[in-house]
Amino acid sequence: MPVRDLMSGNEAVARGAWEAGVKVATAYPGTPSTEILENIAKYKEIYAEWSTNEKVAFEVAMGAAIAGARSITSMKHVGLNVAADPLFTSSYTGINAGFVVVTCDDPGMHSSQNEQDNRRYAKFAKLPLIEPSDSQEAKDFLKEAFSISEMFDTPVLFRMTTRLSHSKSVVELGDREEAEIKEYVKNFKKYVILPANARVRHYVVEERLKKLQEFSCSTKLNRIEKGSHALGIVTSGISYQYAREVFPDATYLKLGMSYPFPVDLFKKFSEMVDRIIVIEENEPFIEEEIKILGFSVEGKKYIPLCDELSPEVVRKGVLGEELPHPEPIKSVMRPPVFCAGCPHTGIFYNLWRLKATVTGDIGCYTLGALPPYESIDTTICMGAGITNAFGFELARGKEFSKKVFGVIGDSTFLHTGIPGLIDVVYNKGVTKIIILDNRITAMTGHQDHPGTGKTAKGEPTRAIKIEEIVRACGIQKVYEVDPHDLRGTREVLKEVMELDEPAVIISKRPCALLPEERKIQSLRPKRKVNADICRGEKCLGCVKLGCPAISIKDGKAFISELLCVGCDLCIQVCPFGAIS
Amino acid sequence: MERVLNVIISGVGGQGILTASELLSKVAMESGLDAKKSEVHGMSQRGGSVVSHVRLGPKVYSPLVEKGSCDLILSFEKSEALRWIHYLKKDGARVIINDLEIVPITVSMKLDVYPQDIESIIRGKVNADVIIVPATDLAKKAGDPRTANTVLLGALSNYLPFSEDSWQKVISESVKKETVDANLRAFKLGRDYKKT
Repeated sequence: MPVRDLMSGNEAVARGAWEAGVKVATAYPGTPSTEILENIAKYKEIYAEWSTNEKVAFEVAMGAAIAGARSITSMKHVGLNVAADPLFTSSYTGINAGFVVVTCDDPGMHSSQNEQDNRRYAKFAKLPLIEPSDSQEAKDFLKEAFSISEMFDTPVLFRMTTRLSHSKSVVELGDREEAEIKEYVKNFKKYVILPANARVRHYVVEERLKKLQEFSCSTKLNRIEKGSHALGIVTSGISYQYAREVFPDATYLKLGMSYPFPVDLFKKFSEMVDRIIVIEENEPFIEEEIKILGFSVEGKKYIPLCDELSPEVVRKGVLGEELPHPEPIKSVMRPPVFCAGCPHTGIFYNLWRLKATVTGDIGCYTLGALPPYESIDTTICMGAGITNAFGFELARGKEFSKKVFGVIGDSTFLHTGIPGLIDVVYNKGVTKIIILDNRITAMTGHQDHPGTGKTAKGEPTRAIKIEEIVRACGIQKVYEVDPHDLRGTREVLKEVMELDEPAVIISKRPCALLPEERKIQSLRPKRKVNADICRGEKCLGCVKLGCPAISIKDGKAFISELLCVGCDLCIQVCPFGAIS
Repeated sequence: MERVLNVIISGVGGQGILTASELLSKVAMESGLDAKKSEVHGMSQRGGSVVSHVRLGPKVYSPLVEKGSCDLILSFEKSEALRWIHYLKKDGARVIINDLEIVPITVSMKLDVYPQDIESIIRGKVNADVIIVPATDLAKKAGDPRTANTVLLGALSNYLPFSEDSWQKVISESVKKETVDANLRAFKLGRDYKKT
């Protein structure tokens, strides 16, 4: 009997990469894609790295593929925007050994800033698109993606979504098939994409698309599941599973390779059914392909464009009904908050007190935009914390800019923060930046980065020093603060505000959830409130820290022994000395 | 088991919800069933609401439980049970609730109020069996307060068609070696709680 395991979609992609004989894997962490590389890193046969950003990840893996090793790169949907430049050109050059690009989209935006449907990238860059619908398919289809990549000399776009990446289902495991390093032959006309070569390669791309379209009609990734002729459903990815729940008797065209669209297979399917509905999440990607062919199908007429799908959304959309269910009952609002002892608490508490304008970036610290601080003004994308702050300065002048701070995390600074900082210096800005250095890529679950001194495989490496980079960018005023020293931090912030030149404050304290920090916390006493002194609801001074361990109980401040980590932020902010 | 059984496990980030849903899915898989479970990682882990959907049966398609089809809610925190009540099926559903209130910052800041008498609210609105389990106390009795999630799985196990042996096997294989005994005791205390 084959070995079975309960695997998330991301674990299954990692397993598929191992079974496919992959030699090189790269990624930058980003929910929901992170666990792919984390799991690949556990296989000793595969080189795995956390790259500085997605563009770097893409190019390293692509270089390895051109040089002959099966390679994979994975990223979240917005990460592919960062890697879009090489993506488009890789379509023209083609590859040598198999090269698969995994994009993990986030319908419903559980942990993302937009809901872009990266299937559009496949059509835009003229690449084959693979869409698995559960963990077993994620593993099996990934192996197939490597065959397609080598068969057609093309990168393959492999699209996961949050519900695939983070759902677990049963997977039958296979063995690793070693893929030998392919011969590398220097090929100027293929890999040096000068205009004269690119013009020729464009014809190659168009020819390849035609062949891929024929292939998509014969591949086992696309199949017709015969049911009743009354209703035909065209679907792909996780949407297939939802449709199956709601319409168990329909006939299905289930697409595992949804681009190029399998025209002849669809024609065959359309003759088998009376009515066709396309069920797909977000964009009408498949629906448009069918309508271009001149067929009349329905899709977005019933299925919403926004937010993720679910069985009830499909049922309500198509049938206009719901299963009978109890009325919803209002519960209490429970937004995510900074952890007890989080270093960011100290910075945002001070920024809130200073009533500063803050241009934010992507990381845990985005929570600084929520109560009790509400101190972040903008959050756009990786790196924009620095550049948006400079934009504020240009629009509103240097006087206003005194109270503008750009905040960015350590991993994020290394990802895309550096060019922005150079831009400020070069263009004579006076922008003030705070780098929140918590010694790890925290929000995605503690991945190492070039500043931590450890690789994705856990091996020691040379740690890049953020301060040295900041100085090398031309910043002369560089400060270091401990964000848990509230007064000291505030003094530096005030000093920096008055400077007539750009400055960087490096706020240094490790994430409170790191194992070494937890050890330190376990040795510290838990903090206690003296209820006789505490003014409780009349004061709320400590509550405004936003520490999850602090609440109001019977009119007085109360510190949960279970959650308190023994830092002294609450002692520092209590005006009456009621906490010890 | 002929049809798919739908379970929702809810609570607050850090309570061990994902571990519990993992154990439940593995028990189903060990018993020869298909199993799928779904949850979201990332922002929601930072002290926010966490929910895991688990579906078990001969053949499972969707990893998400459909609104109106949930057989059982297992909630690690009182107010988090309320949040998913409308997922229950209309009749014959069951709600198992840990007797624990975790007050969010929105309440301390007076932006919201913590709901009172949750048991009666549920009984008043839903035709469901409500069981309150003092999981923290039982976990302390088991020797480790961190085994509250295993206590709750024990309470849940009474309503699922899996043998005590298969639960014990999966728990023993899945938790840290030094906590196996405490977890097995916790499971038993939860399983026996209803009977006393």
